[in-house]
Amino acid sequence: MNAPHAVKAKIASGRVVGESLVWLTAMGLSIGLVMVAGLLLLIFCNGIAVFWPRPVIEYTLKDHGTTSVLLGTEVKNQVKASGTGSEVQICTGNKDVAAPYRFIDEADIASRRYPAGVMRIERLAYGDALGYPVELHISNASTLPADDPHFAEQLRILVDEASARRQAISHLEKDAIGANARAITRLQLRLKVLDGHGGDAAASAAVKAQIAALEAAYADFSAKARAQEGLQRIHQLVIRLASGEKRTIPLGQILDFHYPNQVTLAGRCAWFLGNIMHFIIDDPREANTEGGIFPAIVGTLVMTILMSAAVTPFGVIAAIYLREYARQGLLVRSVRVAVNNLAGVPSIVFGVFGLGFFVYIVGGNIDQLFFSAKLPNPTFGTGGILWAALTLSLMTVPVVIVATEEAVAAVPRGAREGSLACGASKWQTIQRIVIPASLPGILTGLILAMARGAGEVAPLMLVGVVKLAPSLPIDGHWYDSDIIPFVHLDQKFMHLGFHIYDLGFQSPDSDAAKPMVFATTLFLIALVMALNLGAIVIREKLRRRFATSAF
Amino acid sequence: MTAAATAPFAPPITASRTRGPASEVSAPMPDDQATAEPALDAGFISIRSYDFFYGSHQVLFDISMEIPEKQVTAFIGPSGCGKSTLLRNFNRMNDLVDGVHHGGDILVKGHTIYDPHLEVTSLRKRVGMVFQKSNPFPKSIYENVVYGLRVAGQADKRDLDQACEQALRAAALWDEVKDRLGKSALGLSGGQMQRLCIARAIAVQPEIVLMDEPCSALDPIATGKIEELILELKRQYTVVIVTHNMQQAGRCSDRTAFFYLGKLIEYDTTLTIFTNPNQKQTEDYITGRFG
Repeated sequence: MNAPHAVKAKIASGRVVGESLVWLTAMGLSIGLVMVAGLLLLIFCNGIAVFWPRPVIEYTLKDHGTTSVLLGTEVKNQVKASGTGSEVQICTGNKDVAAPYRFIDEADIASRRYPAGVMRIERLAYGDALGYPVELHISNASTLPADDPHFAEQLRILVDEASARRQAISHLEKDAIGANARAITRLQLRLKVLDGHGGDAAASAAVKAQIAALEAAYADFSAKARAQEGLQRIHQLVIRLASGEKRTIPLGQILDFHYPNQVTLAGRCAWFLGNIMHFIIDDPREANTEGGIFPAIVGTLVMTILMSAAVTPFGVIAAIYLREYARQGLLVRSVRVAVNNLAGVPSIVFGVFGLGFFVYIVGGNIDQLFFSAKLPNPTFGTGGILWAALTLSLMTVPVVIVATEEAVAAVPRGAREGSLACGASKWQTIQRIVIPASLPGILTGLILAMARGAGEVAPLMLVGVVKLAPSLPIDGHWYDSDIIPFVHLDQKFMHLGFHIYDLGFQSPDSDAAKPMVFATTLFLIALVMALNLGAIVIREKLRRRFATSAF
Repeated sequence: MTAAATAPFAPPITASRTRGPASEVSAPMPDDQATAEPALDAGFISIRSYDFFYGSHQVLFDISMEIPEKQVTAFIGPSGCGKSTLLRNFNRMNDLVDGVHHGGDILVKGHTIYDPHLEVTSLRKRVGMVFQKSNPFPKSIYENVVYGLRVAGQADKRDLDQACEQALRAAALWDEVKDRLGKSALGLSGGQMQRLCIARAIAVQPEIVLMDEPCSALDPIATGKIEELILELKRQYTVVIVTHNMQQAGRCSDRTAFFYLGKLIEYDTTLTIFTNPNQKQTEDYITGRFG
């Protein structure tokens, strides 16, 4: 009868034996969780906020007797470094006029206004323009004033027309002119080879004629492109800046335009989603500080998939030998320790190794053997997506080996014996019983490897990542120098991780880059999560299929 | 027990079986066939002065015995007496363990199983095995049964279908699973799984079927079915069974060998072992005075 009282007393006094350890362990976990959740939340909020269109404010400033007017969006409001009063950071756009980000003293602001007529214009160059539309020059002939009821409608039609023409030009440049240029390069290589072989005059002449024909076609194409470019300048929009100065923008420069203080909530949501979509599918502009991250997404994705394709068979084969065939002893134990230690080697070391071994030795020899005609221009003897994927797979192979070994060891003895007793050889048993049953474990290793590999930047900088890649590693072009059509393993590529580094720390305007850093980080995390989720879904399916018997 | 299952049995066995698996067998009555068996020197499996070691630890001491063809031979004895080890040597399953070695010899049909020219896989095709814990593969029922044929390189769909049906019928499982051959074998009950493992073992048409305590994890009903099956199997196969269940040895086997501490203490017809053992140890063990 005493016991319940004792327990009650202990609970009342808060001193139940062992309770403090429960609290300690729970605290450890919750600190970790809070930190992870906080980080994700920070990235998510900052990253998603970049796309939300904000209203444009007209600030009237009084400064030493003079008044001036500024147009801009409010970025943040903070206490001044001196500790008294606050200051506002605004983004005024119009990079061609002045630096877009500036701080103004709250005390200097005489008034704030949300002018309905202000227009935000997304341009090809110099970022967004903010101003009041004045008039539209159509073909230098007629002029449509901004207060005309059909102004916005007419502007929309002309901007869409210009966008369509821009796409046509880009198509002409990338596909027609690009194919032409590649054909010329190919023929010039052939000419070089022909000359190198002592010269077959007739063949050389034929090739030269082909080149001349292609060059004529090129001149034709570029004339067409130039004509189209000329058309992009015939309509012009005149805007008035906050300072009263007038600016003329050719419609070919305009990607889109909005009246940010007039849009409804639904319109704002559509604009927001449009911003996200453009960020995903557009190429970067203006030293990556504007535009989208499409090439970086593709580069990261292709590199991670290539890495997985290289690391999985390699790691699985090594683990199977270690666990199934090698005689368990001192040597195997030390190999296992060495493999585990490999996972702790700083990634930049792998980068240096990849550069020295893959790029210079392997790539250099491949160039000597197969691409000697192109030398001294390297094909595989320089950083590229293949070498980056192989370097990262070397870095992540310990993870796959350890996970696979554990999975292989966990295959029940009964399953192996059952197979052997049926007359299966050891390899048949491994192939038909052990590997299928360890697939979930192998996938766990792959998930860990992808998570580590996709976010890695340092080694990539040495083996093939670039700030801006002219073309994607996978596209519609068949290069005759490649082994696999449409996949250009020798090409340099863009990577989200490097993109973040480049934007955040290599960009001249860190204020302008900051939102891009957050947005890119958000997409990197989303991409890694999507890859992992895919692998997890497959793993769960396999687990259900290979669930071992209950008893 | 169904009439269909008992029908193929010889009447005396049926009589002894009808008492059910749970009934106590203080005085087992094996059938008359057990007395009319071939002489021991004409053994199908001959074990000659066999010693077996795990590293430096000797587990079998100088075993010599002859196991006759198409009969059921039971190995009994307390845990750790080496009966499973001996059984697992008939298909060289112990080769998987590091550091094992042996002395003496085991011959199947007069040929040593340790012949260096003999592929161990071909030995295992002739000597099938059923394990204590049923171990169906995480595949469909069909794929489980034809596994041995597939690894042997058979791919003809019609042959496989036929072999699958034959093996499942022989294992008295066909009627229960014929409509769900494509379903996972892991969805079967414990007894069905064990019969599936028997079907898998006999699908490759072995000569010998080894059973290592096949019923130890099963309930009495499932055990009864397996025991019926064992009696049926001996028409075609030589069966060696390790069991801890005296009644089971009494009910199913023609000959019984009693092992103790790695030595073969006594080996005779089941009737003799259970009614008139030569050795005091055997009698003590069978009557439950030790072990």
